[in-house]
Amino acid sequence: MRVFLRRLGFYLLAAVAAVTLDFFIPRMVPGDPVLTALAQLKGSATPGALAALQAQYGEGTNHAGLWHQYLHFWNMLLHGDLGLSLSLGNTHVTTIIGQHIWWTVILVGLATVISFIVGTLIGTLAAWRRGTWIESLLPLTTFLQAMPYFFFATLLVLLFAVKLNLFPAQGGYDTFSSTVGLNWAFISDALSHAVLPALTIVGASLAGWIIGMRNQVVTVADEDYVLLAEAAGLPRQRVVWYAMRNAILPQISSFALALSFVVGGSLLTEIVFSYPGIGFILLSAVKSLDYSLVQGIFLVITLVVLAANFIADIVYVALDPRTRQEA
Amino acid sequence: MEIVDVSKEQVPPQTPLAAAQHKRRPKLRITKSKKMLAGLVILGFYVVMGVIGPWIAPYDPNALGDLTGPGGTQSPGGHHLLGQTTIGNDIFSQLLAGTRPTIEVAFLSGVIATALAIVIGITAGYMGGFVDEVLSLTANIFLVLPALPLLIAIGAFLGPDRAGSPWVVSLIIAATGWAWGARVMRAQAMSMRNRDFVEAARVSGESTSRIILAEIMPNLSAVIASSFLFTTIYAIGTYVGLGFLNVVSAGPHYNWGTMLFDATSSSAVEAGSWWWYVPPGLAIAVLGMSLALINFGIDEYINPRLRIAKPAKGTKVKVRPQLGFTPVVRKRPVVDASPYAAARSQLEEAQ
Repeated sequence: MRVFLRRLGFYLLAAVAAVTLDFFIPRMVPGDPVLTALAQLKGSATPGALAALQAQYGEGTNHAGLWHQYLHFWNMLLHGDLGLSLSLGNTHVTTIIGQHIWWTVILVGLATVISFIVGTLIGTLAAWRRGTWIESLLPLTTFLQAMPYFFFATLLVLLFAVKLNLFPAQGGYDTFSSTVGLNWAFISDALSHAVLPALTIVGASLAGWIIGMRNQVVTVADEDYVLLAEAAGLPRQRVVWYAMRNAILPQISSFALALSFVVGGSLLTEIVFSYPGIGFILLSAVKSLDYSLVQGIFLVITLVVLAANFIADIVYVALDPRTRQEA
Repeated sequence: MEIVDVSKEQVPPQTPLAAAQHKRRPKLRITKSKKMLAGLVILGFYVVMGVIGPWIAPYDPNALGDLTGPGGTQSPGGHHLLGQTTIGNDIFSQLLAGTRPTIEVAFLSGVIATALAIVIGITAGYMGGFVDEVLSLTANIFLVLPALPLLIAIGAFLGPDRAGSPWVVSLIIAATGWAWGARVMRAQAMSMRNRDFVEAARVSGESTSRIILAEIMPNLSAVIASSFLFTTIYAIGTYVGLGFLNVVSAGPHYNWGTMLFDATSSSAVEAGSWWWYVPPGLAIAVLGMSLALINFGIDEYINPRLRIAKPAKGTKVKVRPQLGFTPVVRKRPVVDASPYAAARSQLEEAQ
């Protein structure tokens, strides 16, 4: 329980740091790009929207001190308000994010789980059968990882969408033939659209899991209990199973780092596939200088990643009794 | 405090034999690893291209021109080795010009981030206590914050031209990339804190900064090198990604990520213009690969278990390393009369 509270405290602190960072980014940049953008908006935006934005960025009549602005930011946030989007017709940032985030969460979540399972299994095999053809998978997957996500995605589009015409290359679902909702036509359509983006993320992140697991199994294989199990003549599979169970723990703890990488990569992947997730609207927000939307997306992505990490930590504590005693 | 210099007495006088032995040694053990050697050669090629690339580029990468490929198309051939973009830029020149900013940003951010990681990580590990708590907490927070969205947010506010300067982009990439190295080095420094030689330095009254820089750091050189490479790979991916998103612009030079973005947004894949998107993608992948190969070499250097022992030349025995055991040719006896039998049954009961 103490460990649980400690981790909870850490992630709450990280969340506060993220919010503070999000607040300070527009204010640290010299030249006040936000105020310039607001000045240009004065003709087109409704007075109400303009006032809200001015309050958010501390300009005009509400020209208050930095601390006051910071409190205002928190106040907005705790009321579930991330401000108004400038480029998408003064809609609430939260509404826009709410429409798109599920695409990203489901895509990244599924791809990460697949990548973790497949990578861990291949890593174990590579350590078990050292010096066989499986080892030659290592440079290959490293090559895939060294490739930028969006280039790998481009190659997949070329092969599976343009040449073989197996999967669609663009979008998250067919806007003509299916309607969003819990019907089979939509789900199967969305799945077939998700295959290539998911394959990109799996392919690009596989090497990390393989190498991590292989190195762990190789190290664990030198432990006394493996030697004993082997010397006692246990079947080879069971010996590997013992080694694997112990080697998998560091894999789970490296989940945190991997997730933040994968989320970044998936943003780029979405752009190649015009996938209607959060990365896609982030690009359009950056292009149209929609600052409040950029800020909002950063904050939401960060909070979701923190929540996922917290879950991974809890799983780790549940799996490894040593962590429970330690703290 | 009086410092007794004992080093002079300890060095044995060099006999001619010792000198001769010494001469034969300089062959670096590191270059024995083929992976490492291959990585170094490829990296060297990129560095050379980074220096001379913009000078030997046949065209201005930003210059527009008529499409002069076979039959007035973009295709490679004629005057343009790798063809042209839809608006007539020479792709080969873009590729060459793009090498320099990529290498610059990769190494600058690698150096900055590694320096941060060394200072913060080793200090935290060596000092322990409250300092460690605060520094580790900072590192862990930076580790869980997703870097790319943060960089995009910062870059969006800076604008592509300001964010595109090598120093600025390296600084912001390094700011998000130091935490992993710091964590690794903290763990290493912690294990080193109580070793005898560090204890000796502390007792003889050396300052903390000297202990960290002169005693602990040299012993971590392999870890530092590995963390530097890791950060560099990360920086390349991030820089190119930011270029792809048009968050940074490389100014007069070209960014490989921008090339890929141009290709994607002009539907180069659907149009079959492979010469547009394959070269920059491959260039990035091979560069990252070379750094990863060097890292493999270092890994094997640090952890000898990862190395596969090769039988001496001439012998025809094929060694296949097996889990947990030194490989042997004989098979295990089928009858299990060993003293381990009891342990085995116990283990099986425990299942």
